Amino acid sequence: MAEKNTFLLRIITPDRLFYEGQVEMVEFNTTEGEIGVLPGHIPLTVILKPGILNIYEPEAEKHAALHAGFAEILQDQVTILAEIIEWPSEIDQERASAAKARAEDRLRSKTPETDIARAETALQRAVARIELLK
Amino acid sequence: MASMRDIKRRRSSIQGTQQITKAMKLVSTVKLQRARANAERSKEYFTCMYDTVNSILKRVGHIEHRYLVPGASQKKAVIVITSNRGLAGGYNSNVVKLVTRNTEWNKDDVVVYALGNKGREAFTRYGYQVKVCHSDIVESPVYADAMALSQELLQSFAAGEVGEIYLAYTAFKNTVSHVPTLLKLLPVEYTDETEEKAEKAEAIMNFEPEDVEALDLILPKYMTSLIYGALMESVASENGARMQAMDSATSNAEEMINDLALKYNRARQGSITQELTEIIAGAEALG
Repeated sequence: MAEKNTFLLRIITPDRLFYEGQVEMVEFNTTEGEIGVLPGHIPLTVILKPGILNIYEPEAEKHAALHAGFAEILQDQVTILAEIIEWPSEIDQERASAAKARAEDRLRSKTPETDIARAETALQRAVARIELLK
Repeated sequence: MASMRDIKRRRSSIQGTQQITKAMKLVSTVKLQRARANAERSKEYFTCMYDTVNSILKRVGHIEHRYLVPGASQKKAVIVITSNRGLAGGYNSNVVKLVTRNTEWNKDDVVVYALGNKGREAFTRYGYQVKVCHSDIVESPVYADAMALSQELLQSFAAGEVGEIYLAYTAFKNTVSHVPTLLKLLPVEYTDETEEKAEKAEAIMNFEPEDVEALDLILPKYMTSLIYGALMESVASENGARMQAMDSATSNAEEMINDLALKYNRARQGSITQELTEIIAGAEALG
């Protein structure tokens, strides 16, 4: 039997099972940078950062905007616990653009009260949403 | 004996009440089904979260982490999840009792975060310090609410305002059994009970970023998921409790109606008999 070249990907959100299926590769953004996971990866737990999630199924590709959570990678299975994740069809482009402008504004007009980390996360989130829609 | 008219009036009033309780029962049955489905869906997320956090904690051992040791303050923050509306049997009072009957806790050291109006009312009455009240959350909890709340709590924990954080809610076992539960959120406690099962699976797990940093990021998420899970279960329990309460109210009303129907018939028969006796007596007197 040929070596198994897919693994089980499960994406769980607090409200639903977002995705479950056999995939060849999955890519996402973590606090340590973007990573791509192939079958047989070493066991690893990573914290996610806002970015685009690419799912490569044997026949198709799927994309989603993944904003927060963490992922547990095992040799034959990847579980993503996502706090916020959206399919492209669920994104409101206008809202994302507005959020991007707002976050940029906040970062530019830095006052001592500005929560920089929060504004940056908001910006990353908005950028990820917009990127995904392109 | 009460007059026929009184009995009739009382019976129709009870019938009216019965219709209301019946309708409320139906409504909460439907709501229960929805809330239960939601609670079950969120359970999977929580279970995964719990396993991961446990495995991390086991790996890092007993380290000095700010979320793992109690804060310096004597104050205890308690999140109490109750409902906004009553008529749910003992649902609200049971949760409140968890806190008020706790002998280890000094009333002045407890800061209550009330979710739901009934809890806020009860704690204000007992003279507890109620810090904030988010009564709109319990109607239909969303994850963002839980996130905001856990952030608020973590901030006051970090600022040293509270030393420990607890969560009082009603766990949903099944439709008829709801258990008031008190849970310690912070400092995080973990058990070694799953040791054997976990051993070989966790042996080679790596973390990126490093353990301590990972804990910093994951534990708030863990807390959020606990709060969210508790909210979902509480909503399910609330509707379950209301369904039960309304069910027994409906059957009690039924019983009373039957009783009154019997009394009414007796009174009617009595009045007929009396009339007949009077007519006969009148006829005899004439004849």
